[in-house]
Amino acid sequence: MAVEQLEKFTVTIDGIPVQVEPGTSILNAARQIGGDIVPPAMCYYSTLEGSGGKCRTCLVKVSKGSEKDPRPMPKLVASCRTNVMDGMEVQNITSTEVLDARKSIVEMLLINHPLDCPVCDQAGECKLQDLSYEHGVEQTRYEFERRTFERIDIGDKIQLHMNRCILCYRCVYVANQLTEGRQHGVMYRGDHAEISTFIEKAVDNDFIGNVIDVCPVGALTDKTFRFKSRVWFTKPVDAHRDCPTCSGQVTLWYKGEEVLRVTGRKDEYNEVHDFICNTCRFDKKRTSDWVLDEPTKLDKESVITANHYNTFQPIPVIKNNPELQEANEEQLARTERLK
Amino acid sequence: MARKLLLTHIDVPGINTLEVYRQKGGYRAVEKALKSMSPDDVLEEVKKSGLRGRGGAGFPTGMKWSFLAKPEGVARYLVCNADESEPGTFKDRYLMTHIPHALIEGMIVSSYALGTATSYIYVRGEMMPQIRILEQAIAEAKNAGLLGKNILGSGYDLEIFVHPGGGAYICGEETALLESLEGKRGNPRIKPPFPAVSGLYGCPTVVNNVESIASVVPIINDGGDEYAKIGIGRSTGTKLISAGGNLRKPGVYEIELGLPVEEFIYSDEYCGGIADGKRLKAVVAGGSSVPILPANLILKTSTGESRLMSYESLAEGGFETGTMMGSGGFIAFDEDQCIVRNTYNFTRFYRHESCGQCSPCREGTGWMEKILYNIEHGQASPQDIDLLWDIQRNIEGNTICPLGDAAAWPVAAAIRHFRDEFEWHINNPQEAQTKNFGLAHYADPLAPLAE
Repeated sequence: MAVEQLEKFTVTIDGIPVQVEPGTSILNAARQIGGDIVPPAMCYYSTLEGSGGKCRTCLVKVSKGSEKDPRPMPKLVASCRTNVMDGMEVQNITSTEVLDARKSIVEMLLINHPLDCPVCDQAGECKLQDLSYEHGVEQTRYEFERRTFERIDIGDKIQLHMNRCILCYRCVYVANQLTEGRQHGVMYRGDHAEISTFIEKAVDNDFIGNVIDVCPVGALTDKTFRFKSRVWFTKPVDAHRDCPTCSGQVTLWYKGEEVLRVTGRKDEYNEVHDFICNTCRFDKKRTSDWVLDEPTKLDKESVITANHYNTFQPIPVIKNNPELQEANEEQLARTERLK
Repeated sequence: MARKLLLTHIDVPGINTLEVYRQKGGYRAVEKALKSMSPDDVLEEVKKSGLRGRGGAGFPTGMKWSFLAKPEGVARYLVCNADESEPGTFKDRYLMTHIPHALIEGMIVSSYALGTATSYIYVRGEMMPQIRILEQAIAEAKNAGLLGKNILGSGYDLEIFVHPGGGAYICGEETALLESLEGKRGNPRIKPPFPAVSGLYGCPTVVNNVESIASVVPIINDGGDEYAKIGIGRSTGTKLISAGGNLRKPGVYEIELGLPVEEFIYSDEYCGGIADGKRLKAVVAGGSSVPILPANLILKTSTGESRLMSYESLAEGGFETGTMMGSGGFIAFDEDQCIVRNTYNFTRFYRHESCGQCSPCREGTGWMEKILYNIEHGQASPQDIDLLWDIQRNIEGNTICPLGDAAAWPVAAAIRHFRDEFEWHINNPQEAQTKNFGLAHYADPLAPLAE
């Protein structure tokens, strides 16, 4: 068994070979390579068991099944839920078929999604916004009324706006993993399906706030932060505290001296690995509650970096903290080099 | 008179009771299999018979059974898919209503072959009377020692449970059916793993259609080789066809595969021609999901040969000029039927029944329905036909389960073969509200395609 575990599979994605553990999905193999060849994922979330396969944006073409069985797969496959085989060859951005399919999926995702990004709280950190910018068409061919819903409060801290929901099911998996019994799920079918809780009840769990972090769009938002600021005017700083319920590893989003919101720490694929509790998220909004670590590392493409820790206007918390100042200088130097 | 295997005794009074069913030779297959055959022998006979799944996909049943993983100490399950809800298909309901024991007998033999101790019949929720009939039949079989512990002294134990469906078309998709059977929302699972490896409660599972399971009975009684003699080529045996639409004698017919479509429609033994002396315009040959064909293409293939009721002949020419056997829901349209309206109606169904899990099917079916509504109601523009074509192409093949394909194919086929009628609807919005396009050229003989 131990010997088997050591044997790795070689998979080639867009001509780039990579060695991965057996049981790795094509998407995760691509993430090990990194860069442009990583398929976008709107529903897959590595820390949520069972997620993925639904949005179909990560479709790729398997042009060679494996070394043993080189036949190509007949259809495009969801890379997040298809495991690699030894010798598999995958085409993502090198296949026009894949790019066409992805473009059509983006179109489908957008037909019932309100295109009101200017007044959406998620703008700037919305994965659907990025995806449609990269793959979308300039014009919509959809001429009908979009489906609309009333806003729903899930407890006093979370708001659900189904208009924006793309039914990725991530929040459902969060709730499934957190709570006994099903209090939060999907009702109805097809394009009339909606995320809902049991008779609009608050889902009473210390960790339910994480549904906000996993939502790829602006469907689930933090009511303590809603419309306080555009995200690109805030500056994220990683911080921690000794929390009895969770890891206490968070990102604080500053505007001036004020902490506007607290979220989990997101990696480059926007995934949180350490879910945080509601107390950390909603109730600890003073700098004195936290030990500051360093400015959050951000993708240089992100709109948040456009205004990121400018040396001429360092945020006040950085000004008073020598360690952060040092980290800030480092990060600034790094951004300069990347320019 | 053609040979019948499933519906031989359909007209015998009381055939729904165990007593009459046994008088007519029922449960011979159970006795034969359990007393004189090993499970592998039964599997071998089914393989030899060439029986292909009667639920729609036409996958060889014997091969499906042989894929079932058999790890030590893990339960296996046989699940009968009686969630018959394909528009135009009503053969399983007919069989279960009138000869429930044929299904129970088939279930016992199949379960024995697969080595399951518990088997389920998942019946569409709307079919409450049939659920009661099956429960009654199971109780009778149990009293007669044909179910339960140590069946007929063979040492084989089996329990069969009837489970009412969740009331959704999607629950007929095998993995959604398993989810529903487990008590969850009927969303199709992402494959792999396939049910043969990880199905019901994560155990190896075979899901078969009612008719496939019932067909195992004559296969065991007469032998797989005998069964394979019926039919044509790789389409062996008999098939139940639900004939509906504008036919003089609609109903469920058992046909030998290979019967010419023309004979099936026009002979008095079967449908007896088109009702009210009208002319045939189009046929949906295998339930609402399969491509619709105009009269000239359903009667003759593109090579000019006469089209037969068989898996191969119906599929002759691919989707360009052919269709599929599907579940055998044979819907005939006469000259007064509107193909646009029918396509709208089918699409409305698929939009309503899409589970909403994956984006192309969820959003695409609704979009298609809205466009088709506009075309049907004279509010569409000429580009809409191309847009519709594009949408169906983007749905097909990009979804988790075959419902996306099933929604796309009827639209694609309607545009492919009846584009004139769509254009007429768009160009004559007023007229299209008051009259139909009519037969047009859809029954004109086609010149055989040049090689």
